Amino acid sequence: MKKLAIAAAAFAAAALVAGPALAGKDLDNIRKRGSLVCGVNTGLAGFSIADTQGRWTGIDVDVCRAIAAAIFGDANKVQFKPTSAQQRFQALQSGEVDVLSRNTTWTLTRDASLGMIFTGVTFYDGQGFMVAKKLGVKSARELDGAEICVQSGTTTELNLTDFLKANNMGKAKAIVFEKIEEATAAFFSGRCQAYTTDASGLASTRSKDAKNPDDFVILPELISKEPLGPAVRRGDEEFFAIVKWVLYAMVEAEEYGVDRANVDQMKGSPNPAVKRLLGVDAKNDMGKLLGLKADWAYQVIKQVGNYGDIYDRNVGPKTPLKLERGLNALWSKGGLQYAPPIR
Amino acid sequence: MANPNPTPVRAPATGAWWNDRRVRAVFYQIVFVLAVAAGIWVLVDNTIENLRARGLRTGFDFLGARSGIPISDSIIPWDPDDTFGRAYLVGILNTLRVGIVGIILATILGTIVGIARLSQNWLVSKLASIYVETIRNIPLLLQLIFIYALFGFALPEQLDPLVIGGGFFLSKGGLMFPLLKLEAAHYAAGSVFLVSFAAMIVYNVWAKRRQNATGVAPPRLLPSLAMLLLPTIIVFLAMGAPAEFDVAAKTRFRFIGGGAIGPEFLTVLLGLVIYTAAFIAEIVRSGILAVSYGQTEAAGALGLTRGQTLRLVLLPQALRVIIPPMTSQYLNLVKNSSLALIAGYQDVVAIENMTMNQTGRALEAIMLIMAVYLTISLSISLAMNTYNKRIALKER
Amino acid sequence: MAVSESATETVAAGPPPATTGFIGWMRRNLFSGIWNTLLTLVAAYLLFVIIPPVASWLFIDAVWSEAPPETCKAAHGACWAFIREKHRVIFFGRYPFFEHWRPLLGMGLLITMVMASCFRRFWRPWIALVWAGGLGAFFLVMWGGAIPISYRTAAIAAAAVALVIGLRQSNGGMRSLMLWLALLFAALILAGGAVIRVLDAVVKELFGVDDALAPLAGVWFEIPTGLSFVPTSLWGGLPLTLLLSILGIMVAFPLAILLALGRRSKLPLIRMFCVGYIELIRGVPLISLLFVGSFLLPLFLPRGVEIADLARAQVAIIGFSAAYLAEVIRGGLQAIPRGQYEAADALGLSYWQKMAKIVLPQAIVLVIPPIVNTFIGLFKDTSLVSIVSLTDLLLSTKDMAIGDVNWRAFYAEGYTFIALIYFVFCFFMSKYSQYLERQFETGRRKRR
Repeated sequence: MKKLAIAAAAFAAAALVAGPALAGKDLDNIRKRGSLVCGVNTGLAGFSIADTQGRWTGIDVDVCRAIAAAIFGDANKVQFKPTSAQQRFQALQSGEVDVLSRNTTWTLTRDASLGMIFTGVTFYDGQGFMVAKKLGVKSARELDGAEICVQSGTTTELNLTDFLKANNMGKAKAIVFEKIEEATAAFFSGRCQAYTTDASGLASTRSKDAKNPDDFVILPELISKEPLGPAVRRGDEEFFAIVKWVLYAMVEAEEYGVDRANVDQMKGSPNPAVKRLLGVDAKNDMGKLLGLKADWAYQVIKQVGNYGDIYDRNVGPKTPLKLERGLNALWSKGGLQYAPPIR
Repeated sequence: MANPNPTPVRAPATGAWWNDRRVRAVFYQIVFVLAVAAGIWVLVDNTIENLRARGLRTGFDFLGARSGIPISDSIIPWDPDDTFGRAYLVGILNTLRVGIVGIILATILGTIVGIARLSQNWLVSKLASIYVETIRNIPLLLQLIFIYALFGFALPEQLDPLVIGGGFFLSKGGLMFPLLKLEAAHYAAGSVFLVSFAAMIVYNVWAKRRQNATGVAPPRLLPSLAMLLLPTIIVFLAMGAPAEFDVAAKTRFRFIGGGAIGPEFLTVLLGLVIYTAAFIAEIVRSGILAVSYGQTEAAGALGLTRGQTLRLVLLPQALRVIIPPMTSQYLNLVKNSSLALIAGYQDVVAIENMTMNQTGRALEAIMLIMAVYLTISLSISLAMNTYNKRIALKER
Repeated sequence: MAVSESATETVAAGPPPATTGFIGWMRRNLFSGIWNTLLTLVAAYLLFVIIPPVASWLFIDAVWSEAPPETCKAAHGACWAFIREKHRVIFFGRYPFFEHWRPLLGMGLLITMVMASCFRRFWRPWIALVWAGGLGAFFLVMWGGAIPISYRTAAIAAAAVALVIGLRQSNGGMRSLMLWLALLFAALILAGGAVIRVLDAVVKELFGVDDALAPLAGVWFEIPTGLSFVPTSLWGGLPLTLLLSILGIMVAFPLAILLALGRRSKLPLIRMFCVGYIELIRGVPLISLLFVGSFLLPLFLPRGVEIADLARAQVAIIGFSAAYLAEVIRGGLQAIPRGQYEAADALGLSYWQKMAKIVLPQAIVLVIPPIVNTFIGLFKDTSLVSIVSLTDLLLSTKDMAIGDVNWRAFYAEGYTFIALIYFVFCFFMSKYSQYLERQFETGRRKRR
């Protein structure tokens, strides 16, 4: 009986535990596996969302595709793993995902104490408020006395308490929910008079979850800085550098006017900077320095696009989110997107 | 613990020492302990290694750090500047609040339904059994989510609440009720009430002793009530009977003022009470059925009415059968209150989750809530076991 | 009202009140006194208030045909068109849309096996093989892709073969040998990698060849199934709920037996460990165990070992149900008369022989009804995995079907629908458990 039981237990354990991946460098693992595993949001329109057939779209998703294009030359070699706000860091720490591209705010605490490191900023965001238009609220400072729905386990709730304290809004009350779906559902059902999250998230929620998006307004104040970007595990500088420079390459490409549509013509450009970027000049192989093929950035732009491409496609003014470039314009156009030179 | 399979007395060991039962017993235990220790060592080693590799820090020092988190529903004052330790305290108190109120209400509802199931009235017993069968077979979590969604959709808007009257309002913001503005008179009356309550107990103990000694029962109900209420009322009236109420008033966004019970607390309480009452009803029913029918007949022969039979004969005896399973239902209720986070009620689990996400101390945070629940569970078990011993049949 | 009036008239008319027929039945059961009549009236009033609106919402005013949300909003009743529109998402969650026949097949397989196991005539040892085959088929059809054959698969197969051969042997020595072999292979499933690494080092020491055996540790070859691969992270809906509860009880069962025996053991250290485990698990809520599985389990495992979300929740559920089952089984063990233990001792049986051949078979049959009840509880409790973001039946309904903004207003229909699913499963299982209880009851009475 004991033998039977032990054998059965061993069966069960074996069936449950997946094969031990050989511990080693992240990049080696990714190459060996033949695909990148990317932690994304479970559903945030414009950033990462899957349609009924399981096709993912969004900025965060495109960043993952770009990294795959740089490593494998194929933007489709990505597996997306939806993670909740609560699971995300753990998923990265434990090696379940190679890169966390999930509208995650870059903060000192996270960079320094969670065993991960941010690679750059794909979207400069700030926390805002959304209210029903019929309340006639014009400013977030008027919200004293309101109930504000907020998701727990994020920087959002901390910013909210800071904001309420700083402005002496003691009568305002935060109603805290475990999951973003619960917080938005409660807001739209009328439990709260205001809802707070990143401004991009507000726009996304309004376009996706509001019965009539025009019934809701996003208030002008941004109460925090929320630079969102992909993060990787600590310990593999090579992979860290690749993710970082893939982001820069997309910004650099936009700066030099190289986009998805014209990248093939641009290969013939006389501009040395464009040549370096697209890896046309064999004597000046930037990819090699990163441990990639010479055409890494070309593949990124050809298969995914430059930064402007993915912005416009996913969250830009022509999408349901209707977000202007604002802070996310290139530095040369008054924004913050700036890439160190690729040389 | 009764030993069901005592070691048979054997002839002195004829074989080698390794066939000796006692030696073997010690050997097995040593092997077992070594195996468990090895398992634990591997786990701890892995954990330390993983924590180090991920650059995570450990320790309970975070409990003293400023939390910065919002808590909307708290018995004790809460400010985001308070520490995570205090946040846990708020969470524990919230858990206890919903647990205690839930246990009381579920016991009342469950007892009524359980008795109703045994009613001679066909309609009443059928209704009771439909209730029990339906509620028991649907997951509590689903019921909680359903109730919360129902509140969100069906209750009136906050600015246009259902006016119940007397300062009571019901809306998506919950139930608002008038709150007495406390003055010296109230404190004085409250103190007098406590003293009278003690006096009433003393009187009742005396009355019971007297009944046991002389067989004559002194009147109990009226004197008790008089002792309990009269002095309080006199003091209250003498001090001018101030009764000013704080009533919720309409502001720009919602009704503010007075007391309020949020829909989150109401959802969790209602869900737990409805669900647990269905189980308690079954326990009460089988407890009453366990009392032999002869007892009912004997009570009938003594001329007791049905109500008296139930109250004086059946329930006290059924209680002995009921207490142990009832204890486990109380434990279940408290443990099930951990689902509160689904409705946005900030019980200890919700606080633990916030803490875990803000500090990254998953190990510590989870260990802490397990410790909290173990403590609550053990306390309830202990209290109920003590009570059970008190009411157990005294065999003479 | 009219009925009670006519009843009083009959009384007034003189002949003895009817005690048979419909009126007699009513008189006895509904109007046998003032108090009773009052109760009946109150209950009838309640029914009158509740039933018509609920019935008209559920059936009469409901939209049954396919219809857009706007049509539903105009109607006053339930919008069953919502269920029509979303039933696939409710049943199968995130599983790829065009592959839904696979979870449907898997679900059918599981339900068929559960139902078949309800017949006492199938309570034979071979049903374990049927279950093993059925679960294998379930995973095959759900996962698809290519089946990797490695030392692990080989060890599983070898252990299973040894187990079956061993159990069929009547020769004690042979049987024992085969069972030990099965145990060895089973150990290799977990420790095979380490063994290969050690052998590798030995080979290197002896022959100076690097990594001679390393290829053995990887995947040997793959058998394509012709189906696309669907990772467990995409599994969802009812098949997931069924899988979690079925594996939760089946895998926990042997553990529970050991825990129950351990709790009654004479060896104090083993007893203390089992008591500690059982009371710890029963003292904390399931959700905290799911957190342990979800957040801490990866910390406990060696670096580089990955474990899927589904498996984490499954491990927590198994650990949870093992403690509760152990208490149920302990109840059975306690109910076995002492004479049975003494008789077994008198025959000179060893502890394991005594337990396996005399005590456990009787004890387990005795507690089958409470085991079914534990299963019902577990089936309901699996809904908690939605809190750790597994798309079970509850979460697929809540986030995927009701989460669609166009249909959000029809939450009541969605929750009513899955409440009905849960209810049907639990209700029939509880009726089955009551039926079994009566069967055993009569069986025991007859014997007396």
